[in-house]
Amino acid sequence: MDALNHTIISWTLLLPLLGALGIVLAPSERVVRWLAAIATAATFLVSLHLPFHFDAQQGGMQFIQNLPWIQSLDIHYFVAVDGISLWLVVLTTLLTFFGVLVSWKAIHYRVKFFYALLLILETGMLGVFVGLDLMLFYTFWEVALVPMALLIGIWGHERRIYAAVKFFLYTLAGSVLMLASIIWLHTLTGSFNYLEIQRQLATGVVRLSPHAEMVLFLGFFLAFAIKVPLFPFHTWLPDAHVEAPTAGSVLLAGVLLKMGPYGMLRFNLGLFPHASERAAKVVIILALIGIIYGALVAFVQPNMKKLVAYSSVSHMGFIVLGIFSFTLLGTQGALNQMLNHGISTGGLFILVGMLYERRHTFELAEYGGLATQMPIYAAFFVVIVMSSAGLPMLNGFVGEFLIMLGAYTARHAFGAIAATGVILSAMYLLRMTKATLWGENSNPANATLADADTRERFVLAGIVLLALYMGVQSTVFTHPTEAAATQALAPFNGEENVRLRAPLADPRVSTPRFGDPAGIAARFPAHPAASAATFPSPHPDRTLAVVPRAVPVAAGGSR
Amino acid sequence: MDLNLHLWTIPALCFSGFLLNLLFGRLWSRTAAAIVGVGVVGAAFLDALWVVSHWGSFVAPYLEIHRPWIQTGSLYIPFGFQLDQLSLVMLLIVTGVGFLIHLYSAGYMAHEGGFYRYFALLNLFMFFMLVLVLANNYLLMFIGWEGVGFASYMLIGFFFRRDSAASAGMKAFVVNRIGDFGFLLGLFLIFNHFGTFEFTRVFSQVKQLPVEAAWHWAGPLTIIALMLFVGATGKSAQIPLYVWLPDAMEGPTPVSALIHAATMVTAGVYMVCRSATIYDRAPFAGSVVLAIGALTALFAASIGLVQRDIKKVLAYSTVSQLGYMFMACGAMAYGAGVFHLMTHAFFKGLLFLGAGSVIHAMNGEQDMFRIQQMAPGGLRRYAPITFWTFVVATCAIAGIPGFSGFFSKDLILYSVLSGGNTLWWAVGTLAALLTSFYMFRAVFVTFFGEGEKSVHSAHPTGRESASVHDVAHDHETTGMAHAEGHGVPHESPLTMTLPLMILALLALGGGWVGIGDRFGHFLDPVFDTGVPRAAVSGITEGTVTLISVVMGLLGLAVAWFLYLRSKGTADKLAAAFSGLHRTLTNKYWVDEFYRAVIVVPLTAIARYILWKGVDSGLIDGVVNGVGGASQALSGGLRRQASGNLRSYASWIGAGAVLALLYVIVAGR
Repeated sequence: MDALNHTIISWTLLLPLLGALGIVLAPSERVVRWLAAIATAATFLVSLHLPFHFDAQQGGMQFIQNLPWIQSLDIHYFVAVDGISLWLVVLTTLLTFFGVLVSWKAIHYRVKFFYALLLILETGMLGVFVGLDLMLFYTFWEVALVPMALLIGIWGHERRIYAAVKFFLYTLAGSVLMLASIIWLHTLTGSFNYLEIQRQLATGVVRLSPHAEMVLFLGFFLAFAIKVPLFPFHTWLPDAHVEAPTAGSVLLAGVLLKMGPYGMLRFNLGLFPHASERAAKVVIILALIGIIYGALVAFVQPNMKKLVAYSSVSHMGFIVLGIFSFTLLGTQGALNQMLNHGISTGGLFILVGMLYERRHTFELAEYGGLATQMPIYAAFFVVIVMSSAGLPMLNGFVGEFLIMLGAYTARHAFGAIAATGVILSAMYLLRMTKATLWGENSNPANATLADADTRERFVLAGIVLLALYMGVQSTVFTHPTEAAATQALAPFNGEENVRLRAPLADPRVSTPRFGDPAGIAARFPAHPAASAATFPSPHPDRTLAVVPRAVPVAAGGSR
Repeated sequence: MDLNLHLWTIPALCFSGFLLNLLFGRLWSRTAAAIVGVGVVGAAFLDALWVVSHWGSFVAPYLEIHRPWIQTGSLYIPFGFQLDQLSLVMLLIVTGVGFLIHLYSAGYMAHEGGFYRYFALLNLFMFFMLVLVLANNYLLMFIGWEGVGFASYMLIGFFFRRDSAASAGMKAFVVNRIGDFGFLLGLFLIFNHFGTFEFTRVFSQVKQLPVEAAWHWAGPLTIIALMLFVGATGKSAQIPLYVWLPDAMEGPTPVSALIHAATMVTAGVYMVCRSATIYDRAPFAGSVVLAIGALTALFAASIGLVQRDIKKVLAYSTVSQLGYMFMACGAMAYGAGVFHLMTHAFFKGLLFLGAGSVIHAMNGEQDMFRIQQMAPGGLRRYAPITFWTFVVATCAIAGIPGFSGFFSKDLILYSVLSGGNTLWWAVGTLAALLTSFYMFRAVFVTFFGEGEKSVHSAHPTGRESASVHDVAHDHETTGMAHAEGHGVPHESPLTMTLPLMILALLALGGGWVGIGDRFGHFLDPVFDTGVPRAAVSGITEGTVTLISVVMGLLGLAVAWFLYLRSKGTADKLAAAFSGLHRTLTNKYWVDEFYRAVIVVPLTAIARYILWKGVDSGLIDGVVNGVGGASQALSGGLRRQASGNLRSYASWIGAGAVLALLYVIVAGR
């Protein structure tokens, strides 16, 4: 079991690639589809090992594997998960499996290549969440970018080339700056190891000037803000979604967007707490604009896929708001909402895709009265819409409520403005429901539409059951993330913040003051020594080769 | 205390009914769907009675805490249920009246499509409503609060093929969400001040706090109380958020009876009463609740005067009666509010079911004046049970002495006056006069007609689509022959008349539990908030009662004069006061006002400024400009590279596989 714990992440990274390899060699399209389904299902099942064996009491990294990769450049293959990335890994493997299923009949053209790319994409996405060597992280970040651009550009709809190029350039623009920041960090700390960099920055081994810290912060932040997407960097999203095939949209909304908030939490807050605190107000204002703006624009969309895309802008605004509220509730809500959004919005895209397969249009005006013709589909539709609208007892509510409560605790106006999203989401989602399901089925083109078949019911039932389970048993999902969230917030819980942001002294939130040497160990129990203690490796020399170096102080570094 | 009441089983029963009909409803017969749908609610009622039978063997409030729903940081929200005097009353109303309406539905909906869907949703509604009244904390209450809104959305839009029904459902949900926005802010404040959502823990802390000054609108408790009340105006259809309830009449009539009269719309009143400890210390919020309640009572009653659709009359009447309940809350007479909530559940539930029976008898006609023409000799002769039970309910709502509504309404008006609020008492009394008038108008127009009773004539008005059951409802006829009396107005079957008769007994006698304020004393432990309530006015209860009785009888007399004795006078009056009449028939143009001031501008801003302006114009303009330039630069390179993308990708893939295999082997 110990060996498995150390290689389990690598297995989840490898299985999709093996599947891709098999697909390339497969004799027929039928075999390709089944291979893809088996590979993604297997990856999902293997990834379930993580939550089952995750130690929820521990905030640090688990399932660590750290090996030198390119020694001349000091780049390591360092993968691990903590509470922040745990569920994102499972979400990725699940949604890729669903992505394979919903493409079953939708993809007829270059089937082999499609599924191979889908599986490579899965590895890329997983790698982003588990890669803790900054160069490894960056590599996976780019690996996830290319297959998605190709999925849009090859299997997309009319304006697919425009959308693919826009998606590619937008993301690339952000990631180039991130690469520059990573390299700069390496010159400062002499390491690509996330934990080592974090340790050096937090303990003052490397001191950054406020200016330098902000520049580094922005280098990372822009890449993540584009990915989220945060207003005003969002305009690639509607185009990419409208043109992407269903599986592409599901993974784009469900997983790729989550790389943004994940990166913010991991890198921006984790490495640059002071800059994060200084930038918080601006970021939160952008997030709030995104919540309302995305919802209003969604409300007037004539195209249902664009409607769902803009709703993502609104929902993702909530997540960023939660992260930058620097409260435990907000962070926990954001982590929870990342999963919820993946399930609900993934579900919405699957629903929209099923209609597209039948009618080849996304125009709301083309539909109406489908509940008569497709009652089972309609029932799923209503539940998934309600989960996205945040109906309590379905998944959407828990995350959104925690975020709003956290934001409200941070500053009343933040929570109050965000809460208007509750009204707006009902407006656009119910408008879509009415235009699709209710009314007379008067369009002759819709007169003979088939209801959801067995495969479609399987996918939709999976999503609905998950939505219900996550809505009722939310603690299953919030419990493992709590220690990591608490730890991520440690630098922000100055005494005055505790008073302002946590109304009751909570025994479970330890609040050492920032800059207090005694608190450092408490704040970073995940630092190498602590990790090694928890997971004694049979090869101690391979775990973390941290060589404290004499580090040049950043330009103007002394405060 | 070893006693375990298993309160959770009551909502769980209803949820099981929902699941069964949802999953298997398509497979089994209508009878099975009805047996399951009605049966689980009957079982829930029996369960509730069993719980009540243990009353006295435990100290209220009885608490039952199950596993946590949300738990993180200092936030802990369990699936916890609470039984005290207030939730006991609500429990019995919801399951009891709910059961009768389910039973009635089995007859009323017998010829409709989507029969199992109807019962599944009705059961789901019961589940959420029971969670709402049994919850031991605000957030669990919010599950029920939003959940009943969802069930209501689905049931208002039950005849979803009709555009007006779908729109009405959507309007109800969105307007309720506006209220929920306020409710949520109230919840945030509660958590920020008290660190918990549990009723007992919140209120024990509130009790340590002083009463805030009467004009201190920004005191913490006052703000909390006001925000919660915003939620209540949405759910309980008060000014300014009442607009969804009249539209909600698009739903099947038993739904209107259950959700939009007897139970769901009273959730706001229940919530305010539940929060009595807060409201008692926020006198400014109390004044607002009183004023909004009184104004709503009068405003809605005035619109009710001129409605022609029998369900619309009842809808505005419901809005008005809910106003009375809030008046009671605002005057700190919570017991009186709950008392009226209960009697209202009886008589308004009965009125709606009676209206449903009328509509059933008239094959879907809802216009009272057309019904009068279509039933020569008066509908009362064709449907005597419907008629007499309807009269009982009308007497109750009009405050005719001896009937249930008389006791509760009188108690509210007396409480308001004795609190020193003479103005609001006068408004409420005037509204009582209007109520009596428009309700007896409904009776006289609907049930009394001229001419002789016909035995086998078709519809005298010659409505062409007379063969369609429930024309106005556009019911989805299933091809099943209508059991009886097609064409001739007829009495409803026993499944429908039995609930009518039972509710009539309750509407008649339900007020007597309030004699000597026994009902109020029963609830006292819940409303003992530590704030003394002093009677200010010296006026005696007898005087108030006398005025109320006069108002009720005066309304009856005027309605009798205008609609039975001297027909035509009403039209002359309408012509004489045409401006006023037009204002009332157009419902003060409130819907039009909201549309012009909120809906249209918001849509225009979203479409033309945000989407086409900022999004497509500004941001994308910049992006495409930058993108175009770089594309032109890199065009040649890109073409060269993309040709090899496939092999490029497979090389990356193969390399990665090898690397990862190494990693796994080395990791052992």
